[in-house]
Formats: sequence, structure tokens, C-alpha cells
Amino acid sequence: MLEFTRLKNNLKKNTEGFTTIRLALLCDSSSQHLNLALKGYGIDRQLSLQIYEAEYDQIEQQVFDTDSELYSTNQEAVIISKSSHKLLDEFYVTSLEDRNSFAERKFAHLKNMFFVLQNATKATLIHTNFQELNDQVFGSFASNVSHSFLYQVRKLNLLLMEEAQARQGFFICDVQSLTTEHGLQHVLDQKHLVKADLIWSLEFLPLLAKNMVGLIEACKGRLKKCLVLDLDNTLWGGVIGDDGLEGIQLGDFGIGKAFTRFQKWIKQLKQRGIIICICSKNNEAIAKEVFEKHPDSILKLEDIAVFAANWNNKVDNLHFIKNTLNIGFDAMVFVDDNPFERNMVKEAIPELDVPEMPEDPVDYLPFLQALNLFETVSYTEEDSLRTQLYRQEAERVSYQQVYKNENDFLDSLQMTAAVSTLNSFSLPRAAQLSQRSNQFNLRTVRYTETELEAIAASLNYSALVVSLQDRFGDYGLISFIVLKKISSAELFIESWMMSCRVLKRGVEHFVLNQIVAVAKKLNCQTIVGEYIPTPKNELVKDHYAKLGFRLNGNYWLLDVASFADKKTFVQLAAAKNTNEVISA
Amino acid sequence: MGKDLLEELAIIFREVFEDETITLSRNTTATDIEQWDSLTHIEMIVAVEKHFSIRFNSMDLKKLENVGDLTDMIQQKRGA
Repeated sequence: MLEFTRLKNNLKKNTEGFTTIRLALLCDSSSQHLNLALKGYGIDRQLSLQIYEAEYDQIEQQVFDTDSELYSTNQEAVIISKSSHKLLDEFYVTSLEDRNSFAERKFAHLKNMFFVLQNATKATLIHTNFQELNDQVFGSFASNVSHSFLYQVRKLNLLLMEEAQARQGFFICDVQSLTTEHGLQHVLDQKHLVKADLIWSLEFLPLLAKNMVGLIEACKGRLKKCLVLDLDNTLWGGVIGDDGLEGIQLGDFGIGKAFTRFQKWIKQLKQRGIIICICSKNNEAIAKEVFEKHPDSILKLEDIAVFAANWNNKVDNLHFIKNTLNIGFDAMVFVDDNPFERNMVKEAIPELDVPEMPEDPVDYLPFLQALNLFETVSYTEEDSLRTQLYRQEAERVSYQQVYKNENDFLDSLQMTAAVSTLNSFSLPRAAQLSQRSNQFNLRTVRYTETELEAIAASLNYSALVVSLQDRFGDYGLISFIVLKKISSAELFIESWMMSCRVLKRGVEHFVLNQIVAVAKKLNCQTIVGEYIPTPKNELVKDHYAKLGFRLNGNYWLLDVASFADKKTFVQLAAAKNTNEVISA
Repeated sequence: MGKDLLEELAIIFREVFEDETITLSRNTTATDIEQWDSLTHIEMIVAVEKHFSIRFNSMDLKKLENVGDLTDMIQQKRGA
């Protein structure tokens, strides 16, 4: 069966309990098949996509008419797709002297469209880039002349990338990269292109849909955060316990190169903020020796957040890793060369992503890259420190075991917290926390940076950004609270989220004291909280009850006048400048 | 041979047009099958091409009037 047909047949499935996402699809070519592929792939991912599909080739009409159907529903994402073939047609009717500036003028038009769209809607904006077709009018000489189509289309793609770096809430669906990967002859089918204006082949549409849905999922905070790796025949060739340090294949010789390349990529992922863990049936000391002593091991022990090498079964070890990191299995990927182990793990933990690895180690890396597992919609410098943060946490856990009394332990941590408002430094981090945080999150509102800018500028809102450090190191930004004055006497806690790395530190008591201080400053007598349950935030079901709020209908109320400051082991740090927060 | 090919095609048609009850004869046309429209037509053509590892050209497709024409085209492409 065609993969496209399978996706289409998915639409018959029951989608009860799936997350609903509303999106608009605007194309300058035939879009019905893409619509079906998106919905069908969404169902694979337990998403019910409600798609508004604009009429054929009506992008500008929809965007520039603020009364259009596009704006009549609250779309969460808008996907705009323009084809290279239409662009080429436009290029051919451009006068020769204007072709030099074709990309710039086209870009100015697109930019204007993005501006209008983002003014009228809060939707995340996804735009496909253009296939870099060489029409062979100049042949290879196209690179030598600025008025060739190839030069102009490449320039336009680059301008779009630059725009994506500057504009919040704007992302590129990289059709050009996908075309390079799969080959133009597979990406389009000339006869359907000509006859039906179908610019993507049915074989390619599922891949395109996967890419688009992946971006949307990342915006919704559905991200992979952790890569768990087996060792023997996964990170090196051979079996360390049998072959010894000199016998395993790793480094610049023969097949060892494949493993070295794979390790280099993993190291890059770690630097981007993916947490790297080991789960292997091995003797721990012998396994660690490779990371410590093998001259060609790119990965070092400090790159690994949790190292689980023992003779327990892998399912138990994966549970151990998950609990140590305090993340969900759906945020983890497990890579193992052994099909038997993979099947056992898959069966026991269906929500874990366990790629069916190819047999030949030289294929590991391209195979995993093609899966595009680690989609993200943000990046901050703090991401690169994440493994270090988790390693510090492991140290704290062993330190905690020395203390019998929890209060003594908390006191000994010497925690200090800095509280700041939203500023250029904290804003992207707060947006990211809102996208990533699932468990300690009372209302699970996801904020884009654009939305936070609006909140920062609003007089009705007050936002608190909390970062924490203790004797072991800096946790960075760990809690984010959005407060909204909803009447002269009431302060509503629109959002209260906290990183699970700082659970059980009493940070919530410290934060509540801060919230009450804000309420007093704004002359509010009542603080109003709300818990909106999701499949993941049961942890905070009793959050407000524990803090002394009383339930009133669906809301939790706290009387400011009678509130006595909570005891906390967290000291308020003097206001710091932002640079210190990074370097501390 | 002709009968087998019709049955092979019917399996593809049932998937693409989402109807388990479809049976095909040489005289079957788009009007006989509820889901057979311009969109699913493309899907059916791609599925047939993939299944038989053949490639139709756009001139062939223009001449296509019923399932009989389709089976003839498949046999011609496979024989070639």
C-alpha cells in the first residue's frame, strides 16, 4: 500500500482523546493531497488536526483581507507554501534588468505578508522555502551571473532563513533540504505537476507532512529531550568485555570511523542541549574505561548525564534513567543495535521512541539524521549546559543521602534565588520553559516570545522569572509565573510553572511569598489560582490546597491580608545583572 | 491472465477508494465507484505504477476510459 493511502485511511480512525490543533493551509498549488497527508500523519501522532484549507492559489487574498476565513477561527498555526515552479514563472515575466533584484523584491513582499499575518493572528507561522531549481538556461554558468534563477532562488532562501532568525514565531519548513535528501525526481511527478498542479509527488507528501507536523509538535512542547544509547556495537564496534580497550573498533581505522562519526554527531546534540544517557548490559567499570581512556572516544564521561551499565534488564534501567531525569518516556529516544533488546523495550514502554536501526553501522548516522528526531523551536545558551545540570543533580542526590532530616539537607544547600521581570535575556528562556514544562505546570499555557513581549508591555500583567543556584551549581531559570490583575481586588495566576529539576526544594513556598508581595504592591486582596488537568500535570493537582488556598468553584482563592510568609530555605538574591546569571 | 490482473487491480482499488466491496470488470468506469474522483484518480495511478513497477506517460493517461484500458496499458508496459 502507498504510505499516502495508509495516511488517508488513518482518517477513519477514532481520534477521541487526541490533542486538537487548528491550522490553516495556504498554497499556491493544489493542496488537497497535502491536507489529507497532514491529517493522516497527525493521527499517527495522536493529533486531531482541524485544517482550514484556503481555496487554490488564494494566499495573498486570504492574508491581506482581514475579514477572510483565515482569520475567522483562532488558528494555532498557519502554513504557507509557494512552489518554485510558480516562482520560476514569475521570474520569466520579470524584465531582464529587474532580475538582479528579484529575490529582494520577492522577499519584501513575503515579509510584508508575515507582518500583516502576525499582526492579525497569534498563530505560529510556517513557510516552506523554495526548491533550488537550475533551469539550465545558463548551465553551470548560473553561478557566475546574478540574474540567473538559481542565484535568485538561493538568495531568497537565505533571506528567508535570516528572517526566521530575526522574527519570533516564524519557522521555515525546509523543502529544499528534503528535496536534496530524497532527490527531485522522487519529490515531484512531472505528469501530475503539469496536469493537476500537484507540486509534490504522493510518495513525497507523507515526508513533507511529517516535517510540518514535527514543527507544529515542537511548538506545542512535544520535544525529544534525551537520547539513551547502548554501548557495544552501537557506540563502538565489538564487545568491550570480550575485546578489551585495544580490540574495539573506534577511531580512524576501517569501520571504526563509522562509530567515530556517530559519536561526533551525538556530541553535537549534547552541545545543543539533548541529554545523553547510557543504558547497556555491561560491567560499569569496564564500560566507563572506554570513555576515560580510549584515545578515539569522542564522548567523555562528563558528556553522559546518567550512566546505567549493569546486568539489570534494560526496561528497569530505562525507568531508572527516566526517574533520575524526571522527564517523560515520550521525550526520550533509545538507540540499540540489538533487535531483541529493542523489541523487549518497545513492548514494555510503548511511548518510548525506539528506532529500528539498520544492520550496517555505516548507516546508523544517516538513518537517525533522516528521522529528524530532535526538532526544536528555540535554542538558548543554557541548553548547552543541560547535561552538566543533570550531572550536578546526580551529585546532589548522593549528597542528600548523608542527611537524615530533609530540612537540614535543604538548609545545607545554601539556595539563593534571583527574581526578575521579563527582559531581553529572560524572555526567550521563559518562553522555552513554557514550551517544555509539562509536569509542574498549573495551566499549561504555552507562550511564544511574541506573546511574552506583549505581556511584558502590558500594565495588567506582572511576570516573575526565577533562577536558582546552590552550593553545587547554577540551575538557571527554573520557574516562571504570569500574574494578571483581573479586577481591582483580584490577582489571577495565569501561569505557574517550574522545572522538575528543582522539585522538593521548597521553591514553591519562596515563589508564593513573591506572588503575595506583588499582590500587595498592586493592592489586590485576593489571589486566584486555577489547576487545569492534563495527562502530565497530576503532580500539581493539590498544589494550591497544599499552599493554603481554598477551593471556590473551579478556582482556588488566597486571602492576602491573612497570609503569613511561608518558611523557605531559599534566600532572595540581590538583583543581579544578566551577564552574571549566565556565567555563574 | 486477464482475470488475475483484474483481481490484482481490485485489491489496489479497494484500498485507494476505501471500499471493500469493489469488484472490477473491463467495463468499470469512474461513475461505478463512489470515491473515484480527480484526487483519488491520481492516487490510484501512483499506486498502480508502484505496484507493477511501471510508469505511465501523460499521453497514455489521457486515453484512459475504463478499467479495460488500464489493464491493456499495464500489460503493454509490462510486456515492453
